[in-house]
Amino acid sequence: MDERSDPIRNEDAPDELQARRETMFMIPAAPAIWAAHFLASYVTAAIWCAKIAGRDGSLEGARWLLAGYTGVALVAIAMIGVRGFRHHSYGDATAPHDFDTAADRHRFLGFSTFLLAALSFVAVIFVAMVVVFTETCR
Amino acid sequence: MASQTEDSIATLLGETSVLVPAGRSAERIADLSWWLFGSATLIWFVVLGLSVYAAYVRPGAHDVARVRLMIVGGGAVLPTILLGGVLAYSLWLMPQVKPPIPEGAVEIEVEGLRWWWRVRYASEEGGATEVANELALPVGRPAVLRLTSPDVIHSFWVPALAGKTDMIPGRETIIVLEPTRTGVFRGACAEYCGTSHALMNFAVLVLEPDAYEGWLARQGAPAQEPEGPLEARGAAVFREYGCGACHAIRGTQANGVVGPDLTHVGSRRTLGAGALPNTPEDYVDWIARTHEVKPDANMPPFGMLPDDDLAALAAYLDGLT
Ligand code: HEC
Ligand SMILES: [Cu+2]
Repeated sequence: MDERSDPIRNEDAPDELQARRETMFMIPAAPAIWAAHFLASYVTAAIWCAKIAGRDGSLEGARWLLAGYTGVALVAIAMIGVRGFRHHSYGDATAPHDFDTAADRHRFLGFSTFLLAALSFVAVIFVAMVVVFTETCR
Repeated sequence: MASQTEDSIATLLGETSVLVPAGRSAERIADLSWWLFGSATLIWFVVLGLSVYAAYVRPGAHDVARVRLMIVGGGAVLPTILLGGVLAYSLWLMPQVKPPIPEGAVEIEVEGLRWWWRVRYASEEGGATEVANELALPVGRPAVLRLTSPDVIHSFWVPALAGKTDMIPGRETIIVLEPTRTGVFRGACAEYCGTSHALMNFAVLVLEPDAYEGWLARQGAPAQEPEGPLEARGAAVFREYGCGACHAIRGTQANGVVGPDLTHVGSRRTLGAGALPNTPEDYVDWIARTHEVKPDANMPPFGMLPDDDLAALAAYLDGLT
């Protein structure tokens, strides 16, 4: 018998959660945006310097493009993060959400999504910081 | 004795410390190192202090809300902010460490080969002065080094002067050195490039401007005539054994380009890119036992030469100052 008698364990799973088909794909969504942002940024800068500005040229145009990518990526990641946080705060249970119930599964997926979104948010800012300080292709 | 030889080679090659910089961009890198070291020390003390506090000063349960604040604040938010600060600082330093090519800089081409360095100074008349495994720079004046490699990736590194710059086959990379004090500074290959990678060193002589001009003029001059009969014999042996197929000695028939230019080899601080010091006995070692001294070096050993031919060669080459 399980010794733990947490109220959550016996928490009635509400119908809305029972009926819901949970998806795992929100978890990798934010890191995937981070990866796409990274790739797009470096590819853009590389093409800009190789084909347009030249070896010692200015990075100006590419910096604006990257600012755009960064804005879009941050908004998308923030939206995912907020969604994850809402799922994590469902009801009044606290982490680590490790019971075998529909409600805890829901919270767990949300919490993982939220943490990875926070990480990805910071990572995208770190990637973008490079072009804040780099003005030329050198 | 081996250790003694190594000591003296290290001395001959010169200063190596990143923390005692002698060049503009090395100064910036040293600043960054001290900041990193300082802030890491501070963090170390804070973390250990908190551990001691939690284990000894106030053992037992702690307030949950405060603990959560410590974990999220101290474990995630604070490190992110600190790392962000360090990242910003180092990104801000980067353009200073790789400055644009300044006006009036000394122009030098450096080719990294397995396992030595070919160095060319463009001369005013249009030609170039080729030297090897050693370069001189005037203090206080920037120098632009154009780096290439014909074989594999090498990396040009003089820790006291600047950071590393890769030398990539098929490309030209550039490093700007701006020495701030005179002295001898060791350079090394910083990218593993094969068997004798660890014996791919060079010395950088940072000189007062007139001393630099003098050095350049001496290196640009043709080789000295052999001084005595032993040296003359050495010159003849050099011709006979075909050393000139790979080595150039300006002012003689020898005009090979496979190996280092030997016109002023006697003036160098070391032999074989820091494999040996530079005395007559070292020439004998190098020529007769090349691969014991420097495994896989692209020069065939001439161990079959009679001793007196070796001695003559050594005297001749050592006299090429
Ligand atoms: C097949 C080409 C080849 C031949 C032949 C050759 N060398 Fe070399 N030699 C080299 C190469 C390559 C190096 C550089 C090796 C290294 O440091 O990795 C070298 C290095 C040297 C050095 C050290 C130079 C320096 O800057 O430290 C000396 C001295 C030297 N050779 C002398 C000779 C003599 C004397 C002969 C003839 C008996 C000879 N070499 C024949 C290719 C050759
Ligand atoms: Cu190398």
